[in-house]
Amino acid sequence: MSDSFALHDQIKAVLVDDLMLEVEADEIGNDTPLMGPESLGLDSVDALQLVVAIEKRFGLKLSDPEAARGVLRSVNTIAEAVTAHRSN
Amino acid sequence: MSPTTLLITGANGGIGAATARLFLERDASCHVYLGVRSGRDVAEAITADFPGRCGILALDVTKAADWESALAQVAAEGKTITVLVNNAGHHDDHLLATMPAESWASVIDSNLHSAFLGCQAVLRGMMGERFGRIVNVSSLSALLAPAGQTNYAAAKAGLIAMTQSLAKEVARMGITANCVCPGYIETGALGEMDGESAKERKKAIPMRRFGKPGEVAAAVFFLASKDAAYITGSTLKIDGGIF
Repeated sequence: MSDSFALHDQIKAVLVDDLMLEVEADEIGNDTPLMGPESLGLDSVDALQLVVAIEKRFGLKLSDPEAARGVLRSVNTIAEAVTAHRSN
Repeated sequence: MSPTTLLITGANGGIGAATARLFLERDASCHVYLGVRSGRDVAEAITADFPGRCGILALDVTKAADWESALAQVAAEGKTITVLVNNAGHHDDHLLATMPAESWASVIDSNLHSAFLGCQAVLRGMMGERFGRIVNVSSLSALLAPAGQTNYAAAKAGLIAMTQSLAKEVARMGITANCVCPGYIETGALGEMDGESAKERKKAIPMRRFGKPGEVAAAVFFLASKDAAYITGSTLKIDGGIF
């Protein structure tokens, strides 16, 4: 369980540090949408940065844009994809 | 910060070779990849002068597969390109009314499509580094649009617009993209001009002389430096005051 929490925190750190979002990590909920209405307001450039950061930090390649859209919905969806990738 | 790894295309030409040499002389820790298509005598001379600090890449800049294999070679050597200078290109002047379609296409290909391919090839690596410098060598022709150069002027003006648009896309990632616009520079291409026309051209230049390749190289070096971190989407003309 603690590993999973650590992963969520790492993902939030990526959002705050790499994307330079004007929010604190603890203000980001695990289910907060990253894009669209009532979200963190990521744009397509942020999404591209996130894809690169996820590959660099967690080794998960998101080369298919459709799949990437599914993964980049929230901290939880990213964590699930990273966990699945690690167990493969 | 890891040392600069530069890739310059058209490295066998006047501006390309001068740029490579200037980086090698001024930045003792940099590694320079020289992109060459057919001729490589000048690039080999540079490599001999700076042993262990250069690599020659066989690169037809208009071919995506060439970019792929060139970047694979760089990666195999454990390096990531942090500075890309898209310098390769050629002109093939005709009046538009009689311009062969292949002349139009090949000039757009070598000056504009090539830069698209180059930027795409290196961007991933630069994003990973959260640092990158792209310097595209446009031309004064992009701004003056002289008669006889519809293909070249369009390609070089397109390169400026592409650079400005790209600059906005990558600004947040520590990557800058800028253009330089050389005017009349003393290179092989200018050598084709006869003495009388050269004299006439110089009269139109406020400084009354052609530029030196090293003077373009110095501008490229500055735009690629860390000091130029807040400059992006810019177009720097190097033309002795013509425009």
